[in-house]
Amino acid sequence: MDQQARILKVLRQVTGKEISPGVDESLFVSGLLDSFALTDFVAGLEEEFGVSIPDSDLSARKFDTISKVSAYLASKA
Amino acid sequence: MAYLRAFGSWLPERRVSNEEIAPLVNALPEWILEVSGIAERRYADNSDTVAGIGLLAARDCLEKAGVRAADLGMILVASGSSDRFCPGPACEVASGLGLSSTPALDIPVSSAGSLIGLILAAQLAPNAGTVLVVGAEIMSRRITLDPENKNSAILFGDGAGAALVDAENGFARIADSCLFTDGASAETLYVQDGKFSMDGQAVIMQASRKMPRAIHELLARNQISVSDVEVFLLHQANLNLITRVASTLKAPRERFYTNIDRYGNTSSASLLIAADEWYAKQTATISGPLVFSAFGSGLNWGALLAFPIRDKQATS
Repeated sequence: MDQQARILKVLRQVTGKEISPGVDESLFVSGLLDSFALTDFVAGLEEEFGVSIPDSDLSARKFDTISKVSAYLASKA
Repeated sequence: MAYLRAFGSWLPERRVSNEEIAPLVNALPEWILEVSGIAERRYADNSDTVAGIGLLAARDCLEKAGVRAADLGMILVASGSSDRFCPGPACEVASGLGLSSTPALDIPVSSAGSLIGLILAAQLAPNAGTVLVVGAEIMSRRITLDPENKNSAILFGDGAGAALVDAENGFARIADSCLFTDGASAETLYVQDGKFSMDGQAVIMQASRKMPRAIHELLARNQISVSDVEVFLLHQANLNLITRVASTLKAPRERFYTNIDRYGNTSSASLLIAADEWYAKQTATISGPLVFSAFGSGLNWGALLAFPIRDKQATS
């Protein structure tokens, strides 16, 4: 499973929906994520990818789209 | 040793409903209730001051405890909305209590100020004796009720709370606490030039992570399980945040005392107002640990753990 598919898997777990947003679709504007759900999303990403995401990185800008999440995770590799 | 001895509070009479402010911020009353859990809040009169309402809560607390102001060893006053930055309201509260030499210090931190006050008081009480902690806020003067600021303006109300932390007497022993500061996100929540500013999304994200983490750390190092806790008394920031903290901790929501539906977010006053209300409702012996937690400007956050020691009627 490639990275974006794994991100989508986490997103589906958090939202509880079989969603398929575009890689550049805003997860916040579309209503898939809000401030509370983002913390679940981040926790899920930490578990799925084995990374530690510091509180200082908790910004909607960094996790607004699957592309941005992918770029962020690449920067942590 | 330090003990929680009594609480007190004061709230303005004027009730401000969602129906009253909704048109000002171009929102629906139902939306305000949904995103915050707030049905109404209280606004102070134009003649009220932060020190003045803090004094009223302080007097309520002293009266409930049967303690004379002259017996106080120190006063700590938390406020993020004080009328004057320096000197802040602490000296006026002390003066209002008729004290002219008791040390009185300000804690200029919104939302988390009362928790910081309790934690400091617990450290200071062994030397100072009886420490009065006050949280007083007139946030209605720091917000702007317009559509641009609706996300923060809908939340806030005015009020004051107080607590007595005593070296020898009280209904619960303060056993441990943790306090944290992270200035990297200071710009997300501040008061400057008399106006309050908050990046609500960022604050919710930070608080959703930091508060449960602090509580969990405190409980774990004291070998207390979440299910053992009698009550969680949190800063009344937003009902959805409190529900979120409960969910993260896997704690029953009903263990979290809330009054935000009636008073809104009273910033640093809210923790002590909630504590005062909760304590006043206790008719039986308090059997389990009490957990206090708050999150606010700074960013500052933390938690405090107290163990009940006996029936409250026997100690105040």
